[in-house]
Amino acid sequence: MLGFISWTASLATFFILGILLFDMVSDGFRIMMSVDFFTNGPEKAGRAGGIAPILVSTMLVVGIAIAVSIPIGLATALLLSEFTRRDSQFAFFVRKSLDILAGVPSIVFGLFGNAFFCVYLGMGFSILSGGLTLACMVLPILIRTTEESFRAVPNEFRHGIAALGFTKTASVFHLLMPMAIPGLVVGTILGVGRATAETAALIFTSGYVDRMPESVLDSGRTLSVHIYDLAMNIPGGDRMAYATSLCLVLILLSMSFLTNIIAKSVLQRGIYTS
Amino acid sequence: MLKIKDSSLLQTDNFVSSILKIAASVSAVIVILILGFLIRETADVPSRIGITSFFFDKTWNPTESQFNLIPMLAGSLLSTLGAVMLAIPTGVVCAVFLHLYANDPLRFILRRTLEILGGIPSVVYGFWGLVVLVPMINMWYPPGAGLSAAVSVLTIMILPTASLMIDAAFQAIPRQAVAGVRALGLERWEILTLCLIPQARLGILTATLLSVGRAIGETMAVLMVCGNIVQFPSSIFDPIRTLTANIALELGYAEGNHRSALYVSGILLLFIIAVLIVVISIYERQHQRAKYDSK
Repeated sequence: MLGFISWTASLATFFILGILLFDMVSDGFRIMMSVDFFTNGPEKAGRAGGIAPILVSTMLVVGIAIAVSIPIGLATALLLSEFTRRDSQFAFFVRKSLDILAGVPSIVFGLFGNAFFCVYLGMGFSILSGGLTLACMVLPILIRTTEESFRAVPNEFRHGIAALGFTKTASVFHLLMPMAIPGLVVGTILGVGRATAETAALIFTSGYVDRMPESVLDSGRTLSVHIYDLAMNIPGGDRMAYATSLCLVLILLSMSFLTNIIAKSVLQRGIYTS
Repeated sequence: MLKIKDSSLLQTDNFVSSILKIAASVSAVIVILILGFLIRETADVPSRIGITSFFFDKTWNPTESQFNLIPMLAGSLLSTLGAVMLAIPTGVVCAVFLHLYANDPLRFILRRTLEILGGIPSVVYGFWGLVVLVPMINMWYPPGAGLSAAVSVLTIMILPTASLMIDAAFQAIPRQAVAGVRALGLERWEILTLCLIPQARLGILTATLLSVGRAIGETMAVLMVCGNIVQFPSSIFDPIRTLTANIALELGYAEGNHRSALYVSGILLLFIIAVLIVVISIYERQHQRAKYDSK
């Protein structure tokens, strides 16, 4: 009985993935295969044409989010793993803040981004406000993976380099960073993936405009917002929505594939190579 | 730990350390800013709208100054409850399959499938629900978009992550415990109820609470399939609207009291999440203490 139930449930997950991918590929693949899809802008409110400006906006929003969050994330992870004791008050405080940030629903980030970046700082609906909102959102995941990769460096190495008379700062640059690089790359890819998949936080920060953005202060529509708009507001936009979904899912899948490869190569090589 | 005082070398470390501290406080500052701006947008709500309106007004109709959030809160809670009640048992069953039934290649494939499903963005699930699930439900119980569609899409969305978390909780069980139960020659059913579930109790509980958080906070997937009519559902096929969907639908044009009311619902969401985080950390602390005492 238990065997039957668990076989069914597991087959059902394959089934769901199968249907999802089948629907997307059968409806979207032909549109996605044409070059025009990647070089043209949307026409007839997205029913025809391509997604070039949307790809550019997506890259800009995600790029800003990552460029802002990596330095902060790296510094926070370094502080948490190397420069404070585990039981310090300050570290506890920072960790709790990160836990809260990780739990905040994305639509609440949207509310916050709209009130703070768009209205209070006067950036309006722009790629910049969207990117900064996402930067706040990916910070916890970035810090967690980075901190773990620093912690994975064995303590003997730290003792060794301290015995050589290196300061902590020097050991960060000469020992910890080089050794933790694969972990940092994995963390960054995870952050990019999270940012690319996000919709709710962006509708009211980076906005809806589907023209090619001329600067980061222009409003720009990301892939996920495009899917939402085509599905909900544009009758007859389904086929383009399928094509865009396929595009988005392929981007995310290749990222997770990359993460797995990097993680595995690090596991196989062991920690002693760098 | 080395302790050297008055060394010029260590001054660099202190300097770097203080810079890192500034960077690390950014995350705390963001939390404070989020709270601050949600409160700032709603600061004059008690005097202009009044707290009680959100619970006792006739309905949600901001243009007529009716601000009752309860039907949408009910929508959020009902869809979350339904999804978690479906997803967690199924997740346990999937994890059981991984541990007691699957051989190595199958286990690898299923884990990878779950990871892929967990990585698909919620807007894609929502879109898929809108064009596949909703018409399907519509054939039997029109209008199709409603509580049942929302529950189905949420279930499919949280199931992969939930099963992976429960799977990880099963993996964390000490080998000796599982080996011991196996050596007793028990049936798989008994291994599950006597060893796996009791040992992974905390992991399953955490997975449940995190799934609740994800389901309550989910916007896009629900927004696209729930029908978006503000009402208490009288059957599981009735259209509903959730708190998150309401914000996403109306923030674009909301002004004045209406905008403030949406920020109030944001605070409400944040409060629910905060309660969940506190409950999780209490359980984890209890669990750690129990572990400590038993040693």
